Amino acid sequence: MASEPTIYRHRLSTRLWHWVTALSVIVLLGSGLMILNAHGQLYWGEYGANYDQPWFRVGWVFEGARVPGWLTIPSTYNLALARRWHLFFALVLAFALLAFMIASLLNRHFQRDLRVRAKELAPAHLAADARRHAALRFHDPENPRAYNIFQKLSYVAVIFVLLPLMIFTGLAMSPGMNAAWPWLTEMFGGRQSARSIHFIAAMLLAGFTIVHLALVILAGAWNEVRSMLTGKWKVPQ
Amino acid sequence: MSLITRRSLLVAGAGGLVAGCDAIERSEAGRDLLFKAEAVNRSLQRAITDRGALARQFSEAEMSPRFRANGTIFPADETYRTLMRGNFADWRLVVDGLVARPLKLSLADLRALPQRVQITRHDCVEGWSAIGKWHGPKLSTLLDLAGLKDTARYLVFHCADTLGGRPYYESVDLIDAFHPQTILAWAMNNRTLPVEHGAPLRLRVERQLGYKHAKYIMRIEAVAALDGIHGGKGGLWEDIAGYEWYAGI
Repeated sequence: MASEPTIYRHRLSTRLWHWVTALSVIVLLGSGLMILNAHGQLYWGEYGANYDQPWFRVGWVFEGARVPGWLTIPSTYNLALARRWHLFFALVLAFALLAFMIASLLNRHFQRDLRVRAKELAPAHLAADARRHAALRFHDPENPRAYNIFQKLSYVAVIFVLLPLMIFTGLAMSPGMNAAWPWLTEMFGGRQSARSIHFIAAMLLAGFTIVHLALVILAGAWNEVRSMLTGKWKVPQ
Repeated sequence: MSLITRRSLLVAGAGGLVAGCDAIERSEAGRDLLFKAEAVNRSLQRAITDRGALARQFSEAEMSPRFRANGTIFPADETYRTLMRGNFADWRLVVDGLVARPLKLSLADLRALPQRVQITRHDCVEGWSAIGKWHGPKLSTLLDLAGLKDTARYLVFHCADTLGGRPYYESVDLIDAFHPQTILAWAMNNRTLPVEHGAPLRLRVERQLGYKHAKYIMRIEAVAALDGIHGGKGGLWEDIAGYEWYAGI
């Protein structure tokens, strides 16, 4: 059997950031859902409490108006500890993202691997890439190291939009930051709007994670996971 | 037939992670590590922001139509209830501890001091917010009257209400104690502070979460350290549940 060519695909900085962020996002989602359990309603504007009109209630999704324990950290109701987990990993996530961004600019990971080119956004190219996805062919045989356009768009959206949005809407809920940087909370339309956007972005991030995991499995789970551990990736024939 | 469905794997995976997190919380080292984030967050926040920055103030039109009352809404303490029945005429605020001139002030004394009025947003740790109007003297005015000793580092607020038999108390450091928006409110939304909101006097420490805003204040004590006081963590919720002492986040 001819051995498949192996290429060095992910640098150490990318691999480290990936796993630190994976752990952080999982803990942040779990602890965030527990924090939501403390007041399972979301509002728009500066204020919102029991007498005000919510746009979302946890009770619409889960019986007993509580996110179940197998999805939350901790598993039984505890707002104080959920905040401890959340605020610890918020620091980890934010500083890891900052370090990754600096490293990826310096080692040209962003410029080389994530830059979206105009011709990739042409409808014909998008349609062709969608067809290749449907046929479970995710890489270009001519250039196996390159990300396809859907990968690029989703990674760019997560790295430059969703994760920063999580961090800044999170800061916009801090009463200390509100005093120091009032424009931040106002930018999101008020403290309760920031809380709502924080939740919506978290759900988009959860959605990304599920699709990402599904595609890892479809693309060959072991090869993909190994490439994110050792950097080495076997080009599928 | 497959006993291991994808769903059960997912649930087991999530359950395993949750169980792992639960185990970390129960270990002392894990808890210590988790709790370290509070000091990092406090230092970072104070390093990058202006210590005197004012919390946003709102207009009358922006106020919440109804302001939810939370926590204790009617203290059980008999002494408190007697004072309440007398419309707090016999109530006196004690300011003592590490001060040069201990104070004993009536509501009339507090109302005779220079007053501050502010419409601010109250953010509960649970996630809800309400905007209300508060009226009262600055805490710094009282501290200047009492004359803080050099060794004083914290102000402890002793309250009339209890939770599970433990007296409610809270504390702030001198940065927040001398902040211009830190006031002792005796009126709310243009009327005398209602009992459910902490009559006759509550703390407003606008740059921190709701549980720091102690209600039913009876005594303010200046101290050098929080160690010897009740559970030693600077507040009832900090002692019994592990909430952060610094609630600016």
